[in-house]
Amino acid sequence: MSRQASRLDQKKVNSELFTLTYGTLVTQLLRDYENVEDVNKQLERMGYNIGVRLIEDFLARTSSGRCTDFKETAEKIQMGFKMFLGISPNITNWSPAGDEFSLIFDSNPLIEFVELPDNFMQLKYSNILPGVLRGACEMVQMEISSWFVQDQLKGDNCTELRVKFIKRLEDAIPAGED
Amino acid sequence: MADESLIEFLHAEIVKYVIDSNDDKVNTKCSLQKYISTLEYLGYITGFRIIERLTREWSPFKNELETMKFLCTDFWSSIYMKQIDNLRTNHKGVYVLQDNAFRYLVHLSSQKQYLEFAPRFVAFTCGLIRGALSNLGITCLVTAEVDQMPACKFHIQVQRS
Repeated sequence: MSRQASRLDQKKVNSELFTLTYGTLVTQLLRDYENVEDVNKQLERMGYNIGVRLIEDFLARTSSGRCTDFKETAEKIQMGFKMFLGISPNITNWSPAGDEFSLIFDSNPLIEFVELPDNFMQLKYSNILPGVLRGACEMVQMEISSWFVQDQLKGDNCTELRVKFIKRLEDAIPAGED
Repeated sequence: MADESLIEFLHAEIVKYVIDSNDDKVNTKCSLQKYISTLEYLGYITGFRIIERLTREWSPFKNELETMKFLCTDFWSSIYMKQIDNLRTNHKGVYVLQDNAFRYLVHLSSQKQYLEFAPRFVAFTCGLIRGALSNLGITCLVTAEVDQMPACKFHIQVQRS
């Protein structure tokens, strides 16, 4: 087989680079912290920092306006996953009040080459995602919280991320103006 | 598919994390070396693993230069969306890869501003190159040199035993 015949597929390489880089990061965190809970927290915090910046990229590229209701927000989040990770999670399990929904992932690019050892069952491997959502939503005046209810790494059929609306943040008054 | 901006933000977070976790020491010079080497190590692991998957179906490279060419063209354009602009070698195991618009520096500055922060943004990639080459059977030392952002030169020194 000639070498030219098998050019690298840019999209595939990029996705693998992302997955492996993330894996390296998680490994390093596990080495640095003694407590798995701390690793979960740190991942969430990093996700938050990413989300805060990622939302600008999202808004600039989609030129989407403010969400009128939480349903619209859910669709935008779905769109974001498509745009940045190339996956389309399903939106289901709306709470009766309409302030909670679930994102169902059939596949999760973050965990592509991952297996959890038995002694790390408390580790929320993909915990960067809830952080990203929280950071991104906070920048558009929405306080949300999100967490994993199902995880493929822990033997579930799919990965389920629950998102809950907490409150609308009011525009802060600029310093010096009362 | 992961978007490139996502990779860029993740990289920035890794850099920030490594620096924060080493920054509590009073002796700044020591911690500078320490976080650069941590970042380099993280890059090494990533590079080692990624090359293992990428070149699985490739025929083996004929020689060292071929390997370097692969790195500059296919590998580089797959991860950084552009090829290396210039590859030079003295044919004695020293290679210089020059990227005139290195991805992680492009959004930082286009002159000498913030130059003092450049090492932390290239350390991971130095490791990435070293890890990739290591898995292709080439043991080497990789250092980076930034004179003016966003251009960056990677010096590869192959170690022959």
